[in-house]
Amino acid sequence: MGARLALETIAARAIGAVSRAARRGGGTTLPGKLLWKLDPASVDALAARLPSGVALVSATNGKTTTTAMAAKILGQEHRLAWNRAGANLLSGLASSLVSSRKAELGLFEVDEGALPEAIRRTRPRVVSLANLFRDQLDRYGELELVAERWRTAVDGLSESTTLIVNADDPVLAVLGQERERMLRFGIDDPRHARAALQHAADSKYCVRCGQPYVYAAAYVGHLGDYRCPACGHERPSLDVAAREIEVGGLRGSRFRLDTPHGSTIIELSLPGLYNVYNAVAAASVALSLGSSPAAIARGLADFSAAFGRFERIPVGAKAIVVLLIKNPAGANEALRIFETGVPPVLLIALNDAIADGQDVSWIWDVDFEPLLPHVGRIVASGDRAAELGLRLVYGGLPEDRLEVVPSLEGALDRGLDLVDAGTELVILPTYTAMLALRAVLTGRGFVQPYWDGATP
Amino acid sequence: MKIRVGHLYPDYLNIYADRGNIAVLARRAALRGHELVVEPIGLGERVSPGAHDLLYVGGGQDREQMLIAPDLAAKGAEIRAAVAEGTAVLAVCGGYQLLGRGYRSRDGLLMPGAGLFAHETVAGSTRMIGDVLLECELDPGAPRALAGFENHAGRTVLDPDATPLGRVVHGFGNDGRSGFEGCRLGRAIGTYLHGPLLPRNPWLADWLLAQALGHAQSADPPRLEPLLDELEAEALRVAAGRARARGGRR
Repeated sequence: MGARLALETIAARAIGAVSRAARRGGGTTLPGKLLWKLDPASVDALAARLPSGVALVSATNGKTTTTAMAAKILGQEHRLAWNRAGANLLSGLASSLVSSRKAELGLFEVDEGALPEAIRRTRPRVVSLANLFRDQLDRYGELELVAERWRTAVDGLSESTTLIVNADDPVLAVLGQERERMLRFGIDDPRHARAALQHAADSKYCVRCGQPYVYAAAYVGHLGDYRCPACGHERPSLDVAAREIEVGGLRGSRFRLDTPHGSTIIELSLPGLYNVYNAVAAASVALSLGSSPAAIARGLADFSAAFGRFERIPVGAKAIVVLLIKNPAGANEALRIFETGVPPVLLIALNDAIADGQDVSWIWDVDFEPLLPHVGRIVASGDRAAELGLRLVYGGLPEDRLEVVPSLEGALDRGLDLVDAGTELVILPTYTAMLALRAVLTGRGFVQPYWDGATP
Repeated sequence: MKIRVGHLYPDYLNIYADRGNIAVLARRAALRGHELVVEPIGLGERVSPGAHDLLYVGGGQDREQMLIAPDLAAKGAEIRAAVAEGTAVLAVCGGYQLLGRGYRSRDGLLMPGAGLFAHETVAGSTRMIGDVLLECELDPGAPRALAGFENHAGRTVLDPDATPLGRVVHGFGNDGRSGFEGCRLGRAIGTYLHGPLLPRNPWLADWLLAQALGHAQSADPPRLEPLLDELEAEALRVAAGRARARGGRR
């Protein structure tokens, strides 16, 4: 590295240490922000030094979990530079690069909007694109704008880059069709198809001709096995697929992973079909970087949870289960886990900071309705607790089963009061509500701060 | 009493939680002993003037809006006739734009609208996004606050003789310049405000219900029994605070 880069990275590392010491929130982006400000091209130089190259993972939903899963698999054989706490803008990538001096392989989740620049600067070996759902329309613009930017970015990929796409998402399946280095993944088990496309399904009209797709199976949102009756555009064949899936409520799932290098049985301790998608995406990333099916099975079996995504935290004689919600598709899948058993008490926390989405209208696209007749009590919390309460009451929750407690700490105490010893309080928070709840739990000594406790 | 709602293109125009507006109308009607009957109106289907007490048009992503725009323009005469004989309308965001004369793209082409509202929308280069607070006076002498969220690239310019829905207190509004938001024509209301609009603005939901009931009963809009609306008031208070603190800046 050049002298200037060396000095800058030393300065950035020092600030990272100070930031952590000051408990400003993990110092995950602050030093990167500094380096990024001083010299954006430093990201290019730091990425170019990694002997095994860089893999980028993007998606609207599941990128933190997918990347953490891939890290569990790839970490068996590589020293990683990895943005584990989800700082997924260029400044966050800069931070990970700075703080992982001896890394061989860069593994980064990347914000949808930041992907084109991340590709330009890191010249990745692997790019994985897993889904596009409507998400934070106030920040990203509409889905089609993101799709267009991704199309342009993919067109600019080097021939030596392996592009991984989710074939079950019609918008992504058509990307990179003339590329040689390409992996298409998906789910193939119609027993788990939804009866109908959910209310908020996106991309349900043919990307070629605009006619509605017919689905042989819709798995998560608009992801599935689709075919256009007018022009014949259909899901391409799958290179990597999850088949014979068994899901078991909050306990997790088991499936057969078919790859070009053979099949293996995957045991996953995360719930829901959407985590099967995350696992297949992570497996595809690892495969394209040389991992064997056996190493993939081993890594995924050891995987517990990504930061704040699905954490079970013991609190005295009770426990808390945290399932992050941030957009309709993700929230619907989190709720779908309860199809086999609705928890007696739910704490839902809605904030509206930039990272949550300032526009809270998305909660109306979440299919809460099937749950509401069965839940014993819902504590609505967060900065927009009243808005959330209205959503639930107008959705059919009897008013005497709703408690509105805007203070997150107050809601946490109330929720824990309501559940019996030996049982769990299920919490569905938006992103900044999750951070705030975690800070409360950390303050009480129940969880480790994420910068030193995260599961590698 | 049955209140007949025609919901235009629910499969295409549903991006900003439009079903929340419908759910609010349905519940508030039920609490007063009325029944909201919602009929989807899709591509190629007619709008028969007199068949509905309220028409609802939501917002869509650009692609979905393009798919239904020609069909909606073709329904223009029917929609205008329905409003002329007293049908109420709530049109939000994309639906509001498409009920005007048209949408002019940046290269000057006009995509025709349904021609109900006297306005034209011009594509802008930046989106106007954020919390909004309006002051409305649908009933003269009784100003009311209306809070929502806007996210639009189009600049909607009202004809000089058109009536806005309200005056912008915080936020961008129709075009970020005029200080006006939305449009009102008799019992028809168009607005950029979503969020969705009605849960935290129950007075507007009740105004629309009263207009629709008036149409259904061929009478003046009735006075509806007030509801407690505590959560609604709290949600409005918080949303108005957001608009004050971070609503669109010009």
